Amino acid sequence: MANHTASVREPLILGNKTYHQITEDIARPIEGKANGMFKIAFTISALLALWGVACFAYTIGTGIGVWGLNKTVGWAWDITNFVWWVGIGHAGTLISAILLLFRQRWRMSINRSAEAMTIFAVICAALFPVMHMGRVWLAYWVLPLPNTFGSLWVNFNSPLLWDVFAISTYFTVSLVFWYTGLIPDFATIRDRQTNPKVRKIYSILSFGWSGSAKQWSRFEEVSLVLAGLSTPLVLSVHTIVSMDFATSVIPGWHTTIFPPYFVAGAIFSGFAMVLTLLIIMRKVLHLEDYITITHVESMNKIIIITGSIVGVAYLTELFVSWYSGVEYEQYAFLNRATGPYWWSYWSMMTCNVITPQLFWFKKIRKSLLATFIISIFVNIGMWFERFVIIVTSLHRDYLPSSWTMFHPTFIDIGIFIGTIGIFFTLFLIFSRTFPVIALNELKTILKATSENPKPPHH
Amino acid sequence: MSKQVIYGVFDDEEVLVASAKQLRGKGVKIRDVFSPFPIHGLDPVIGIKSTRLSTAAFFYGMFGTSMAILMTWYMMIYDWPMNIGGKPSFVWYLNMPAFIPVTFELTVFCAAHGMVLSYLLVNKIYPGRKAHNPDPRSTDDKFIMEIQTADNKRVGQDDIVATLRSTGAVEINQKELK
Repeated sequence: MANHTASVREPLILGNKTYHQITEDIARPIEGKANGMFKIAFTISALLALWGVACFAYTIGTGIGVWGLNKTVGWAWDITNFVWWVGIGHAGTLISAILLLFRQRWRMSINRSAEAMTIFAVICAALFPVMHMGRVWLAYWVLPLPNTFGSLWVNFNSPLLWDVFAISTYFTVSLVFWYTGLIPDFATIRDRQTNPKVRKIYSILSFGWSGSAKQWSRFEEVSLVLAGLSTPLVLSVHTIVSMDFATSVIPGWHTTIFPPYFVAGAIFSGFAMVLTLLIIMRKVLHLEDYITITHVESMNKIIIITGSIVGVAYLTELFVSWYSGVEYEQYAFLNRATGPYWWSYWSMMTCNVITPQLFWFKKIRKSLLATFIISIFVNIGMWFERFVIIVTSLHRDYLPSSWTMFHPTFIDIGIFIGTIGIFFTLFLIFSRTFPVIALNELKTILKATSENPKPPHH
Repeated sequence: MSKQVIYGVFDDEEVLVASAKQLRGKGVKIRDVFSPFPIHGLDPVIGIKSTRLSTAAFFYGMFGTSMAILMTWYMMIYDWPMNIGGKPSFVWYLNMPAFIPVTFELTVFCAAHGMVLSYLLVNKIYPGRKAHNPDPRSTDDKFIMEIQTADNKRVGQDDIVATLRSTGAVEINQKELK
């Protein structure tokens, strides 16, 4: 049978589990009581989230003049955070869709939480462009709706409108993909409950799933087709995000390598965030048998690949700016490396190009502490990448008399910290109410990938 | 004779498939199988036809494509053509490259959501529906085969039970159908 692999593969599920034990282990965080660590983490996240909401409210009430933007730097903090969060989301879809098509079994222990991360990250991302509209109650104007001033439609030539379609499709499709997978797992949780109230909640969440052969047959078909649809979708989303910049005529933005460069960067930063979250989660929820060093190592390998692609893209940009002979383009890159924002450029270079190369050493790749530290570096580096691309290209434009600097205000920083709070609050709620590992999917690979793989029956 | 339903409980999916093959060899009709995860190779044995959901998804996708083409043509070419950045919008196909991203997104949107809605519909699952798996353990670690005597006029109930037992069922439950 196809689900038996060669014994040279390292086991993906440790500790000689049975089907029932998998259910027990994944259901434990849902059924147990929250410990002190969780309560502290939740309180801090919720307070940060509230702080962010207060800053959002102040922005809406007073107007976006409370941000640090000025007439030269019209895009800065908000779009940096938008691109950063959307990029983080990409790892979830890559794990659940692309690795499904490639039949990578190690995705199964991590896909659920990575997809949750995708959804929460896209929520955080979407807040920024909506806030930047200023009058957020008119946000629906981005939709192609007839309006009272005559039928002046949205502009379908604009990448900003493409973004509206891309992000909303990405968010809703990721959500249904995630939920489709959750239904059978909610049914497992439902059937274990003795408390009728809790049972009722999971009964509703599980949509009355019963796991008949026909249901499973359709389930597999839907998962496969959704993976096939999500794969080009996830690539298109960051491609379109990069076109927000690439179709303009700003030096440093107007380059054709932006789409692949942005997609690689997105996956790079997303995997870093997955590692940051999972290294903590496996410890706190006692999932070390399921999210193993082998999983961490596989993700680190993807970080090396995408990190190297990003590094090559940086060098290509530098080469092309010199080779193009366009002095504006050349100045933009010289200004990035040696101008007043040199520190952000070199932070980006160090965090994104040098640190991931440490993963070529097997010892570092297999060390949880080193992986955790490097993943934080990559998160910071990728934030700086967007900051460098956006602010350094804008702050010294074609007219030297308009040159200026961008300084984030208290509110700018508060909003960014607030989205981090929102993200972690949602993730913490998820980790205690949802099955954080696709437990029933994991059972399908148990025989082949446990420590003592069973020989197939014939 | 009263109508009976027989549940053969297994603790291994491969044993269940082997047992199902034996029963089918005797001409026994298997009503359904409830399992915690999809069992590969079971569908042809118990006579489940492959689903047509992916074909449906293709047509939902085509619907999305057509809607996007119609929408961009109507809004940008027919209803209010504008000269944006020196790119006049007089004919749809000349402006088409700029419409590809939205067309693609709408195709994926309609295919994915159309397919998932159909999936919920044909599987008859929705919030508030009562689950009908015969045993709560079938979503944990047990694999349950459902056989109804009404479907099997030619093979006796005792024969079915004996075959289930000899092919590895760990538990056999029989119930009167109301």
